Amino acid sequence: MLKDITLGQYFPGDTVIHRLDPRTKIVMVGVFLVALFSSGGLIPMLIPALFLAMVIALSKVRVRLLIRNLKPLIIILSFTGFINLFMTPGEPLVSVWIFTVTLEGIERAVVLVTRIVMMIMGTFILTYTTTPMTLTDGIESLMSPLKWLRVPVHELTIIMSMALRFIPALIEETDKIMSAQKARGADFETGNLLKRAKALIPLLIPLFISAIRRAEELAIAMESRCYHGGEGRTRMRQLQFAARDFLTGLVGVLLLVAVFGIRGLLQ
Amino acid sequence: MPPILQTENLTHIYSVGTPFERTAIRAVDFCAQKGEFLGLIGHTGSGKSTLIQHLNGLLRPTSGTVLFDGRDIHESKQETRNVRFQVGLVFQYPEYQLFEETVYRDIAFGPRNMGLDETEIDARVREAAALVGFKEKHLDRSPFALSGGQKRRAAIAGVMAMRPSVLILDEPTAGLDPRGRDEIIHNIRTFRKETDATVIMVTHSMEEIARAVDRVVVMNDGEIAMSGTRNEVFARGEELHGMGLDVPEITRIVMRLRSLGLDLPPDLFTIDQAAKAILSLKGGRD
Repeated sequence: MLKDITLGQYFPGDTVIHRLDPRTKIVMVGVFLVALFSSGGLIPMLIPALFLAMVIALSKVRVRLLIRNLKPLIIILSFTGFINLFMTPGEPLVSVWIFTVTLEGIERAVVLVTRIVMMIMGTFILTYTTTPMTLTDGIESLMSPLKWLRVPVHELTIIMSMALRFIPALIEETDKIMSAQKARGADFETGNLLKRAKALIPLLIPLFISAIRRAEELAIAMESRCYHGGEGRTRMRQLQFAARDFLTGLVGVLLLVAVFGIRGLLQ
Repeated sequence: MPPILQTENLTHIYSVGTPFERTAIRAVDFCAQKGEFLGLIGHTGSGKSTLIQHLNGLLRPTSGTVLFDGRDIHESKQETRNVRFQVGLVFQYPEYQLFEETVYRDIAFGPRNMGLDETEIDARVREAAALVGFKEKHLDRSPFALSGGQKRRAAIAGVMAMRPSVLILDEPTAGLDPRGRDEIIHNIRTFRKETDATVIMVTHSMEEIARAVDRVVVMNDGEIAMSGTRNEVFARGEELHGMGLDVPEITRIVMRLRSLGLDLPPDLFTIDQAAKAILSLKGGRD
């Protein structure tokens, strides 16, 4: 059950998308989101959709995996779709009881739902094709101007990378403790809400204890290797832009120009 | 008599359909007879842990079946749940699953889940606590205030309290000092003597296999590579070595002594046996 949670998980591969500089990828996600939310109607949305399809194809991430991530959002998605479908004023098509479906409603519902779906897919492509370490390296580098404002960028990113690093470890630990308690007859799956919440105690207490223990051990391990924060620290892997990053940047500019161009034309 | 636990053609593949897909065990036919003390050995990643998690229904086989007392454990949800209590599984480092305020309540967790009444739960907790050598005063303590070895024994008692007819332990002595190890092995033997249960013990220690176990099953690369009495298995020292395993240290010493021309039997696996045999060479004087 828990193995299905793939949040922040990296899927190894050696595609162009995997090899891109993390900074390029982060910026491109931003560009993609801007393009996505600036394309007002169905037709302009084809452009970011095309871009996303291209990235998915290049990254060789399985579409099935991307779709699986949408499962927890089914309620939000159907709610958004539902509200927009029935609550948008315009030319009525069908009318049942208090519900009226309009042409505009259909369009808005489709636009909003696909927009959310594409947003999630786009950001997941980033975490699927970038290791958490590279990702935080990229974030640190992008945020480094903030150092002038005395923001402890390095410390923030190391906290982030540790948190990311610990997600799989904690999931594994949860799995283990769950199995151990199940072996003693614990039942996590049936009963009403209160009973289920109570059933979590045998899972959560050992999990918290182990998380605290891990944190403590990690702190000792870091201190014994003389870790003292970011000052004067050099990196083993230097981030470097390559030709493909500039090319990607160009694609990003084209994406924005196309979206805003079409929008202008349609208006 | 049919075996109490049996697997037929058991295969398990992790993360099917992702880049992490991995076959952990392949077509395993495993069986445990009623009342036997079985040792399960194999190097890290050989599939031991995956196999034992199938035996009480925690993992569902990708293909193949698991039979408890001749019945498929996945026949119905009820059956799977029953098997959980019949086949007690003690995980590696079980002390990390302790969670209650007192040792007593932690040991009572399993019996309580079985739906027993309070008097029966009380009887079982006291029985299990006695099996692992706990006294009355230990029961009211917080499990987190115990020593490492005691925590481990409290966790094992938590499984023993369900009175399983098969007790499976995954490396119960890992990370303990020699005395802690001896105590655990002693507890397991006491449990077996008192309840006639089948015991399956996963271990890396050949010395433990030599001392405690009736039959040994060796796993290698997700398959059962050998199965037999410890004499039969240890006689194949070369093959064991090829799987990253070994015979007990004392057996290696005996082998060496034999090659130097001493007239010792080849099937000496414990220090006691070897000491006796060597002394008898000198006329039996102590």
